[in-house]
Amino acid sequence: MKKKKLAIVGFVAIALLAPFIAQTFGGNYWVRILDFALLYIMLALGLNIVVGFAGLLDLGYIAFYAVGAYLMALLSSPQLTTQFAELAQLFPSGIHLGFWWVLLIAGPVAALFGVILGAPTLKLRGDYLAIVTLGFGEIIRIFLNNLDRPVNITNGPKGINAIDPVVFFGIDLSKAQELFGITLSPSLMYYYLIMALVIGVVFISFRLQHSRIGRAWVAIREDETAAKAMGINTRNVKLLAFAMGATFGGISGVVFGAFQAFVSPESFVLWESIYVLAIVVLGGMGHIPGVILGGILLVGFQEFLRELAEPVQKMLFGQVYIDAEVLRQLLFGLALVVIMLYRPSGIWPAPKREDRPVTRTGARTRSGTNPLEGGAR
Amino acid sequence: MDIFIQQVVNGLVLGCIYALIALGYTMVYGILGIINFAHGDILMVGALTALSGILGLQYLFPSMPQWLMLVVATLIAMPACAFLSYGIERVAYRPLRNAPRLAPLITAIGISIILQTLAMMIWSRNPLIFPTLLPSSPIDIFSTGAVITGKEIVIIVLSFVVMVGLLLLVNRTKLGRAMRATAESPRIASLMGVNPNFVISATFMIGAALAAVAGVMMATNYGNAHFYMGFIPGLKAFTAAVLGGIGNLAGAMIGGILLGLIEALGAGYIGDFTNDVFGSNYQDVFAFIVLIVVLVFRPSGIMGERVADRA
Repeated sequence: MKKKKLAIVGFVAIALLAPFIAQTFGGNYWVRILDFALLYIMLALGLNIVVGFAGLLDLGYIAFYAVGAYLMALLSSPQLTTQFAELAQLFPSGIHLGFWWVLLIAGPVAALFGVILGAPTLKLRGDYLAIVTLGFGEIIRIFLNNLDRPVNITNGPKGINAIDPVVFFGIDLSKAQELFGITLSPSLMYYYLIMALVIGVVFISFRLQHSRIGRAWVAIREDETAAKAMGINTRNVKLLAFAMGATFGGISGVVFGAFQAFVSPESFVLWESIYVLAIVVLGGMGHIPGVILGGILLVGFQEFLRELAEPVQKMLFGQVYIDAEVLRQLLFGLALVVIMLYRPSGIWPAPKREDRPVTRTGARTRSGTNPLEGGAR
Repeated sequence: MDIFIQQVVNGLVLGCIYALIALGYTMVYGILGIINFAHGDILMVGALTALSGILGLQYLFPSMPQWLMLVVATLIAMPACAFLSYGIERVAYRPLRNAPRLAPLITAIGISIILQTLAMMIWSRNPLIFPTLLPSSPIDIFSTGAVITGKEIVIIVLSFVVMVGLLLLVNRTKLGRAMRATAESPRIASLMGVNPNFVISATFMIGAALAAVAGVMMATNYGNAHFYMGFIPGLKAFTAAVLGGIGNLAGAMIGGILLGLIEALGAGYIGDFTNDVFGSNYQDVFAFIVLIVVLVFRPSGIMGERVADRA
C-alpha cells in the first residue's frame, strides 16, 4: 500500500515538473506537445467510458470534440457579431462569454448530441452504433464546412480565429506572465490548466467506475440480456454512457478552441477519432491508468517518428521512402490489429480480471442466431 | 420534367454501384453477423488495381480495343480483391470469431487504415485520372432533354447482370446452398458436411469481387480513383444494406438502388425546396438521415424478416 502511494506521489511530481523539464531541454515546442498529449488523454478518458466501460464502439468521437471547440469559437470570438447585425446591436463589444461559461455550456450540449446519436441504436446491436457515429463524424464536418452560406455561421473551411484565451482570475493565459522572477509561457500555463481538468476527469472516471453506474456499464458490456435480468435499466444506463463520453469530448474541445485560438473543420477528421480509439485500445480498454499510459506512449511515439523516421531512412537507404506521417498511420493500423489479436486488454490491462473487457471467450454460450456458436473450427 | 428524369438516371447509376457494394456487406453479415468495415477499402483497392492494369495494358498492347482493356483490367482486379479479402478474413476476423463484437470491429478499422495507407504509398496521395474507356458522349433519352451516356448504360446493365448471377449462385448452386445453410446455423451445417470455414472464405471472396466491379464502375463514372474513395461509398452501401434489410440479398439490391435515387433526387431538389439555403454539397447527409430513420422506425429494413437481435 505504501509502495502504491509512493508511486502515485512520484507520478504526480513528474507530471507537475514535466513542462519545466521540457522547457529547459527542448524549448516551447515540447511543452506544446505535452499540452496536446494531455488533451488527447482527456479525450481518450472520455472515449474509455463509452468503449472501455460500456463496450460500445464510438467511431465518430471527434465530433463531440468539434462541438465543444465550435461552441467556444462561436461564443467567445467576434465571428457571430460581425456576421449578424442584430447580435452586434445587442452585444456591441461582441460575444465574449469566456472559457469558463462555455465550459459549463459545452458539457450538456455535447451530452445532448451523444444522446441523440445513441438513441436510435439503443435497441440494436453495438455495431450499428459504430456505423451511426462514423456517419455522424463525417456529417458534422460537412456541416462545419458548408455552414458559411447563405448565412455565415462557421466560416466554412477557413475556420474561425481570434477566439478568446482562457482568463483565470484576471490572468490572461495567452500572454507570458512573470511569477517570482520566472517567466511562465502560455503553453506552460495551459499545461497546468489542462492537467487540472485531466485530474478532474480521472477522478470522475474512477468514481463512476466504482459506482453503481460503473458496475451497470460493465454488466451491459459483458452481457446485456443478463444485465437486464438483474434489473438494470439498460436504456438509461447506455444513454448515460454516451452522454458522459460526449461531455468529456466536448470539454476537451472547448480547451482546444481556447488554446489554439483557431478552429477549422480540418482538425476534426475521421483520423482523429481513430487516433483516440488507438490510445484507448493500446493502453487498455476500461483501465484508466492504462489509457493515460496509452496517451503518453502514442503522442510520444508520434514525435519520436517525426524526429527519427526520415533521418534513419536516409541513413539506411540514402533516401526517404516513407514519410513520418504515412508511417505513423500504417503503424497505428497495425497496432490496432495486433493488439486486438494478441493482447486484447491492452499494454497495461486492469489488474483484476473482472475489470477487463472479455475480448476472447472460450465456450461462452451465445444466442442461437449468432453464427458459429463457439463450435465450428 | 427533364431534370427529374436526369436525376433518376443519375440515381440509378449511383444506386447500382451502391447495390453491388451492399451485397458484400449483407452476405458477410448474413453468415457471420459482423460488419466488415474494410469492405469499402476493398472497393478502392479494386479500382486502383484496375487502373494499374489498364495503364499496363495500354503500354503493352496499345492496339487493344478500349472496352476489352477495361474488361481485362476488371478481371485482374476481381481475383486480386478476392484474395486480399480472403487474407483479411484469415488474419483479422477468423481468430476473433468467438470474441465479443468489439474485437472484430476494431481489427476491421485497423485493416481499413492499413489498406488506405498502403494504397497511398503504392499509388498516390492525390486522385489519379481513370482513363475514359467507354463511350461517354451523352445520348438524349426519348428527346426529353435528359441524357444518359454509354458508360452509364453499361454500368446499369452490368450490375443487373452481376446481381442476377449472384442470385443464381446463391439459390441454384451447391456452394449457394452451403452458404444459406451456414447462414441459418453454422453448427448444423457443419454436421451436414458443409465446411463453414470454406463457405465463409468463399463469401468474403465473392463479396470482394463484387466490390472490385463496383470500384471499377465508380472510377469509370467519376473519371478518377484515389486512396480515400472507398470510405464514403462503403458507409452509404452499409446504409443501403440496412435499408433493404441486412442479411437479405434482394434487400441489398433494392436498398442500394433506392438509396441512389433518394440521394440523386434529394441533391437535385434540396436547393429548390429550401430556397438555396442548403445546396447539393449536402448530398452525403441524405444517406445518413436515411440510416437514422430506418434504424428508428424499421431496423429490420424493407425486406428483412428477422428483427435485429439485441446485444
